[in-house]
Amino acid sequence: MSLAKYLLKDVAPYGGARTTVLLADGVIAAMGPDVSDDDATVVDGRGLVLLPGLVDLHTHLREPGREDAETIRTGTRAAAMGGFTAVHAMANTTPTQDTAGVVEQVWRLGREAGWVDVHPIGAVTVGLEGERLAELGAMADSQAQVRVFSDDGKCVHDPVLMRRALEYVKAFDGVVAQHAQEPRLTENAQMHEGVVSAELGLAGWPAVAEEAIIARDVLLAEHVGSRLHVCHLSTAGSVEIIRWAKSRGIDVTAEVTPHHLILTDELARGYDPTFKVNPPLRTQRDVEAVRAGLADGTIDIVATDHAPHTREDKDCEWAAAAFGMTGLETALSVVQETMVDTGRLTWADVARVLSETPAKIGRVNDHGRPIAVGEPANLVLVDPDVRRVVNPDEQATKSGNSPFRGRELSGCVVATFLRGRATVLGGASCDEDVVVAR
Amino acid sequence: MKHLLSAADLSRTQAVRILDTAGQMAATQAREIKKLPTLRGRTVVNLFFEDSTRTRISFETAAKRLSADVINFSAKGSSVSKGESLKDTALTLQAMGADAVVIRHHASGAPHTLAHSGWTHGAVVNAGDGMHQHPTQALLDAYTLRRHLTGPGDASGRDLAGLRVAIVGDVLHSRVARSNVQLLHTLGADVTLVAPPTLVPVGVDAWPAEVSYDLDATIETKPDAIMMLRVQRERMSSAGGGFFPSPLEYTRGYGLDARRLAAMPEHAIVLHPGPMNRGLEISADAADSPRAVIVEQVANGVAVRMAVLYLLLAGSPASGATTDTNETKVDA
Repeated sequence: MSLAKYLLKDVAPYGGARTTVLLADGVIAAMGPDVSDDDATVVDGRGLVLLPGLVDLHTHLREPGREDAETIRTGTRAAAMGGFTAVHAMANTTPTQDTAGVVEQVWRLGREAGWVDVHPIGAVTVGLEGERLAELGAMADSQAQVRVFSDDGKCVHDPVLMRRALEYVKAFDGVVAQHAQEPRLTENAQMHEGVVSAELGLAGWPAVAEEAIIARDVLLAEHVGSRLHVCHLSTAGSVEIIRWAKSRGIDVTAEVTPHHLILTDELARGYDPTFKVNPPLRTQRDVEAVRAGLADGTIDIVATDHAPHTREDKDCEWAAAAFGMTGLETALSVVQETMVDTGRLTWADVARVLSETPAKIGRVNDHGRPIAVGEPANLVLVDPDVRRVVNPDEQATKSGNSPFRGRELSGCVVATFLRGRATVLGGASCDEDVVVAR
Repeated sequence: MKHLLSAADLSRTQAVRILDTAGQMAATQAREIKKLPTLRGRTVVNLFFEDSTRTRISFETAAKRLSADVINFSAKGSSVSKGESLKDTALTLQAMGADAVVIRHHASGAPHTLAHSGWTHGAVVNAGDGMHQHPTQALLDAYTLRRHLTGPGDASGRDLAGLRVAIVGDVLHSRVARSNVQLLHTLGADVTLVAPPTLVPVGVDAWPAEVSYDLDATIETKPDAIMMLRVQRERMSSAGGGFFPSPLEYTRGYGLDARRLAAMPEHAIVLHPGPMNRGLEISADAADSPRAVIVEQVANGVAVRMAVLYLLLAGSPASGATTDTNETKVDA
């Protein structure tokens, strides 16, 4: 079947000069102020910023295993609503994404849902147990073509195992994405260790437990000449270590989550488990450090760590609650509010940290591309001038654990295009039948 | 005051009013008929997710002396042990018409969650939550300190201004220490925390207290009272992290024995929240000395808890009433 054509009139690519962009046959067919097409659906783009479709390197889709919290269909629809055209699905599912069979199933369910491209992440170790390597090569060679490997949720804490993983994935240009958390320093840990944890009587998750692992891993990566990706870096000290590693030429990349760019451990004071997350919310000083790190390029990307949880896993006392918060549908707004509205990043920088670089790290070749004629039409159209109040009950994600409930944020996604097909249009997700047609 | 969740929530005026009310309650306990009709027809639930015979009995006695109906709900052998959530337990108690819920829970913040969740409309009294708070313990300690150390005569209306109190032991895991630091500071006392560095929390520098690693040096500063915290023997096992090398070394450094007691000023008193580990944090000589007010603390606990239940419930509408304005009216 032939795809609809879209004429994005008077949009501002990367927030720059206005132009008109024609999407046809899955690619950017024409660009220029005078481009027109009588058959195309016209989108009035005045005041809107056009970016390459966002790429998330860190999403928990929960399927298989916890379909009560999220399914691949609901999670990827949430991703499209947030402006994403590709997501990397974390491996901590049940069963674990540690075999070619499971990653291919996730990849296939993603294709069937059709909202975004789903790139499964493979587990580094069997069952995330941290004891022996999973069949990384088989996952890399599978239809899912896994390139990112992570035990996220758990740290690959055994230094020998981590070294082997770093070395082994070089054979297929893979990368290990480390969840940096020294396990002995964080037994039963509930929140950032500091003034607030001391007062609240909640067991502390010290910054050093993250920093010690990052320091070890960058040295390991240097020693064996591998590339390393650091998940959800959250402390000022971690930013310093990454800065130092890059100055030495170590091949390391780092991500920060939207919530670590804006929220602090003070939010734990009400014992509302919505704010319980791993790594924990840190102090204002850390928030400032990760913003500075993102602004100067020490931190390469923003990744959501979208972690949906059922109500029963959050509607309880703090210690009994699950770690994690949703983020796909608020990520771009948080980055705009903390980095663009404050003048620390341009929209071209946003394209870099939320699309181009995450695609490069994940070796995803058809996303994070330039906005240019002939390129795949994976795009997002953003209205930066809108202020909106977040209501998790109206979000596409199946779970309600957004830390921004009731909070006003900057900007909203007007339209998302996946290979020229609108997955979101007019701020609403497109009819599912239309999406599934391909 | 709708709930009592944390000592930090109490102003000086509120704290002094509770202590004064406790004094009036204590006076009634000297009578032959100890029971007051004040809370007749009201229901107090003791919701204990953690074993604590002493605290539960103290609250139960306090409620009964005020003629309230008391329901003891212990997690062991109840539906909670079968996996029922705090929410469902709370909803059940609400349906049964609890006017006040006295909660002891192993999770820090559980009373806060209960009070702010809408699961129950009753007053929530924190009877100890994890490593967070145990406000009635701090109140009974303050009451005891005031009775002994603020001079002769009726102590009503007085705070603890100028008193110097040392709190010794496992501060890191202690809700008693957290509650006392806040309440004693509110009441004007100067608090020094004494512990091995491993048992002091990171972030303690924001607390209104001095920190010392040397008990003998602190005793030399002539404190008016010394409060010994219970040290759980499992704290030295590696599972919890091995906070000190051996019980013997702990006792040498931080135990209160006859020698240290003798170095204390004449008027100084010794407190302990109980239950004591005799021979670990406190020797028999110190525990049984006339300067130890540990048994009196237990009696004061009943009076303080009577005062708290009275102030929370006497002015408030009974459970089932629709109004939310539970302003407490007391003429104390």
